[in-house]
Amino acid sequence: MEWFEAIQAQFYDNFIEDNRWRYLADGLVTTLELTFCAVLIGIAIGVLVAMIRSTHDKNVKEMRPGFGKVILQFFNLLSKIYLTVIRGTPVVVQLMIIYYVILASSKNKLMVGMIAFGINSGAYVAEIVRSGIMSVDNGQFEAGRSLGFNYVQTMRYIIIPQAFKTVLPTLANEFIVLLKETSVAGYIAMQDLTKASDIITGITYNRFMPLFAVALIYLVLVMFFTFLVNKLERRLRNSER
Amino acid sequence: MSDNTALIRVEKLEKHFRKGTIKALDGINTEIKKGEVVVVIGPSGSGKSTFLRCLNLLEVPTSGHIYFDGVDITDVKTNINIHRQRMGMVFQHFNLFPHMTILKNMIIAPMKLQGKSEAEATEMAMSLLKRVGLEDRANAYPSQLSGGQKQRIAIVRALCMQPEVMLFDEPTSALDPEMVGEVLEVMKQLADENMTMVVVTHEMGFAREVATRVIFMADGKQIEEGLPEEIFTNPKSERLRTFLAKVL
Repeated sequence: MEWFEAIQAQFYDNFIEDNRWRYLADGLVTTLELTFCAVLIGIAIGVLVAMIRSTHDKNVKEMRPGFGKVILQFFNLLSKIYLTVIRGTPVVVQLMIIYYVILASSKNKLMVGMIAFGINSGAYVAEIVRSGIMSVDNGQFEAGRSLGFNYVQTMRYIIIPQAFKTVLPTLANEFIVLLKETSVAGYIAMQDLTKASDIITGITYNRFMPLFAVALIYLVLVMFFTFLVNKLERRLRNSER
Repeated sequence: MSDNTALIRVEKLEKHFRKGTIKALDGINTEIKKGEVVVVIGPSGSGKSTFLRCLNLLEVPTSGHIYFDGVDITDVKTNINIHRQRMGMVFQHFNLFPHMTILKNMIIAPMKLQGKSEAEATEMAMSLLKRVGLEDRANAYPSQLSGGQKQRIAIVRALCMQPEVMLFDEPTSALDPEMVGEVLEVMKQLADENMTMVVVTHEMGFAREVATRVIFMADGKQIEEGLPEEIFTNPKSERLRTFLAKVL
């Protein structure tokens, strides 16, 4: 009983007194904002890079030499460098480079975080979407072109919607991964969920309570989103039949 | 345009694969006039599908020219998309868009490419569906249809663009035998309505009955060309005789 009372006192000290739970609540909001916006930026970059990469891989051999081919090859090279660099370096390092070097003049940490995590996520999304585009049967592409759609229209109306359907569960998974990855946002002094535990510890000198609380919140979030992803996956499977 | 001018004219068409080691098409010259039903037959690997796919540039020819309605579509400066809108194509594997309903499959191209309103496009699609007896499946998805139904939809999807010529690439080859008839019936109807058609097929009965002209291809060349009765009852070349002996 003594032990239980000690826990109760700690809980009160860490979360109730002076409304310290608010650090966690605010951190949670920051984490979610950061993740949602970063994933949107990531999808925008990812789809663009995936389109460049798959257009290049599918067509470059048959293209007539000319300006268009040079442009495509240039953007493909750019995309490849982007993928290699982003996937080959740790996200924390990228985050700090963007905050302290590239966007050093910006005071808006949330925006910097969104951009940094968005650029990072874009590389992974690009490969996911590319695999989706490549998995769509070439006959779909030919059917679109034979009706008179140009390349971009065929992509937009016929290929991308099908590709998205295939990769949606994987994409949702990328969102879950990103949610946890944003925990390093504290490196640029953003007050996200993880940082919130640090702040509380700084006041109460207690490590145990804040850290476990934060871990629990992440776990519940991930479990919740995983549940949604599974539901989505089942729904998509059903509409195929 | 008078009925005597060619809708499609093919000149010295060549298509090489693997840097010229394989000549899928080796100098094809032909004309397709308005209202003609040209059936292309030949052993597999003879280049007949490649020939058909060259006609709307799904396959880019290595050399030679294709004139559609007087315009050289093999010219790099020609906007092929405009011309493809006037040429319908039906594939062996149907290639319906699985993420759209039957109706959406049919109206998307007229709406996005010809600027038709949804009501206009739907009206036309429904009347075409009625013609092939599938108006009750308008809101079904392709995966809910049989092969024969899918192919009939693929035909009317192409017709929704009101094309001037229809290209058929082995339209019955992927079908169960009992479904071949319903697809050929739709094609026959089209021919009766004077649609210009180029058909690659193994259905010799269809060729004999519906074709106005038959082209026999082997090894990327047109070996013989003529009226169906000439081709089938009085073949001149040895190649055609051995081919017909195998398939008839």
